[in-house]
Amino acid sequence: MAHHESTYNPQGRWAKWWDERLPVARLMNTQFVEFPTPRNLNYLWTFGGILTFCLVAQLATGIVLAMHYQPSGAEAFDSVDTIRRDVNYGWLISKLHAVGASMFFVAVYIHLFRGLYYGSYKAPREILWILGVFILLAMMATAFMGYALPWGQMSFWAVTVITNLFSSLDSIIPGLGTSIVEWLWGGYAVTGKTLTRFYSLHYLLPFVLTGLVVLHIWALHVVGQSNPTGLEIKTKADAVPMYPYAVSKDAFALFAFLLLFMWFVFFAPDYLGHADNYKPADALVTPSHIVPEWYFLPFYAILRAIPEKLLGVLAMFGSIAVLLFVPWLDRCRTVRSARYRPVYKWFFWLLVFTCMALGYLGAKPAEGVYVFWARIFTAYYFIHFLLVLPILGLIETTKKPPASIAESVLGDVASADPSKAS
Amino acid sequence: MTTHNDDNADPVRRDFMVLAGSTFAGVGAAASLWPFIDQMNPDAGAQALASIEVDLEPIQEGQAVTILWRGKPVFIRHRKAEEIKAALDVQLSDLIDDKARNDDLPPEDPATDLNRVKKGQEKWLVLIGICTHFGCIPKGQRLGDSKGEFDGWFCPCHGSHYDTSGRIRKGPAPRNMEVPPYKFVSDSKIKIG
Ligand code: HEM
Ligand code: FES
Repeated sequence: MAHHESTYNPQGRWAKWWDERLPVARLMNTQFVEFPTPRNLNYLWTFGGILTFCLVAQLATGIVLAMHYQPSGAEAFDSVDTIRRDVNYGWLISKLHAVGASMFFVAVYIHLFRGLYYGSYKAPREILWILGVFILLAMMATAFMGYALPWGQMSFWAVTVITNLFSSLDSIIPGLGTSIVEWLWGGYAVTGKTLTRFYSLHYLLPFVLTGLVVLHIWALHVVGQSNPTGLEIKTKADAVPMYPYAVSKDAFALFAFLLLFMWFVFFAPDYLGHADNYKPADALVTPSHIVPEWYFLPFYAILRAIPEKLLGVLAMFGSIAVLLFVPWLDRCRTVRSARYRPVYKWFFWLLVFTCMALGYLGAKPAEGVYVFWARIFTAYYFIHFLLVLPILGLIETTKKPPASIAESVLGDVASADPSKAS
Repeated sequence: MTTHNDDNADPVRRDFMVLAGSTFAGVGAAASLWPFIDQMNPDAGAQALASIEVDLEPIQEGQAVTILWRGKPVFIRHRKAEEIKAALDVQLSDLIDDKARNDDLPPEDPATDLNRVKKGQEKWLVLIGICTHFGCIPKGQRLGDSKGEFDGWFCPCHGSHYDTSGRIRKGPAPRNMEVPPYKFVSDSKIKIG
């Protein structure tokens, strides 16, 4: 936290010499060693560290893939095949990258719902939360452009459908949408030119993402971490230093996460992908069942639930944009955490169920009963944020949280005092 | 050298300088941004891929072919008499989009079947074969393809049905499939573009 004094004491002349010129070691020590973390953090708080790992892993594997990949319409598909078959360890590195993108989204969704459950977005963490939403958007853009790169059938048609979302602007100003789409394509259709520019941006965006992550962590270290009680750190007894306590817990969780990650990489490397993407891009044939990657399915379901083109697109982008306003939509000011909000808790789980249901429906054909349910769940998604959060916040009777973080862990310290026992 | 006090002496003059200076820099920055945006637009080479001739002779009644023009699929269907009749029988009020969407006609012309083909050559329907929803390629060109509820084309991506005139009849697509600019150069040959 900002008001946390550094106790860093450089050992030796060399360390002192550096400390007077560029105090990096002091910064790291204050922010990542001594940094006070709430003593009651559960495993849901380990996903920030896991996400940092995912980002670094995508950068490392991506830069290696870029050494072998050919970003042209004619060569891309074959070069990805060459990476998989011929390049030494290419089979491993390309799958670490492809599965890594999915695992990145697993972690980010858990991280985000953790925030919604424990009210982590409430004052003073609004900027921290908003930076998180922008990180999600940058991740989505990066993953979408990355998915284009193998230039298989799914790549090609994902690019076609998603870039065409902008053509819906034609119904506001005729021609505007089409001009934007042709600008994105660099032609009158999706071609290798489109692929090449997506590759350039796919390389750029992860670094923008890194910048956002730095700001996100900076904001976190100004206001400090929240925790399952949603109480602030008030005394020394409420906190432990980040190292070794939080760091070892994070490391343990990371290894558990890696177990799942590596299970996919080694035993089900294609499970999260689509077989159609092993067919080269063909501008004349659309696969009969096109679906996005699993992490976009809920948004795809919202898009298709609405029969009007422009409104569908607006609802889809709106479903992410609404997250930006959550700190102000939630009117409950007495407590942060759902632990002390008996009614909100149920609505939270209803939202989780809604998102999973939308994910399921997004993978189904857009017809009949699937569309009906997609509409119901789309409606609840928006009702949750626009009506439930504000109204419930005003009328719900919250439970009384413990007096402090320490008390929530150790029980009532006074009554636990052996001298008082009889 | 003037004295320090002079710094504050003429605030109006200073404000003007700051305003003029930053406007100048702002306009310059905006202008130099344009090349970085415009480089992504289709270049003259892409625009020049203009026209292509297609021989219709080998296409039998009931058959369809797909060719590539400007990177886009163009559907050419040799319609059967009953398909033409079905298209002619449709009332404009039954259409989702009542505009002809024919690049050779004014934009406000109505979407009658006659406005979607060339006079005297009603059996030939030529379309840009792209679904006006999000750009998938509708099914219906190949034998055995599903042609949708209106016997024209069916887009499987989000379920749009087109009729035998390529007009949207059901589903999320907002517009009829576009008719590209083309003309008959002989009785059995067309030039697109
Ligand atoms: C935020 C981090 C990143 C995410 C979420 C991400 C996501 C993706 C995805 C989803 C794919 C398609 C995988 C497939 O199905 O085959 C992909 C491919 C690719 N990415 Fe990334 N990526 C990231 C960072 C990077 C970086 C920093 C580079 C470095 C240039 C890079 C280079 C590539 C290359 C060359 C491919 C194509 C090779 C292949 O598919 O095997 N990526 N990326
Ligand atoms: S792209 Fe054809 S229905 Fe959506």
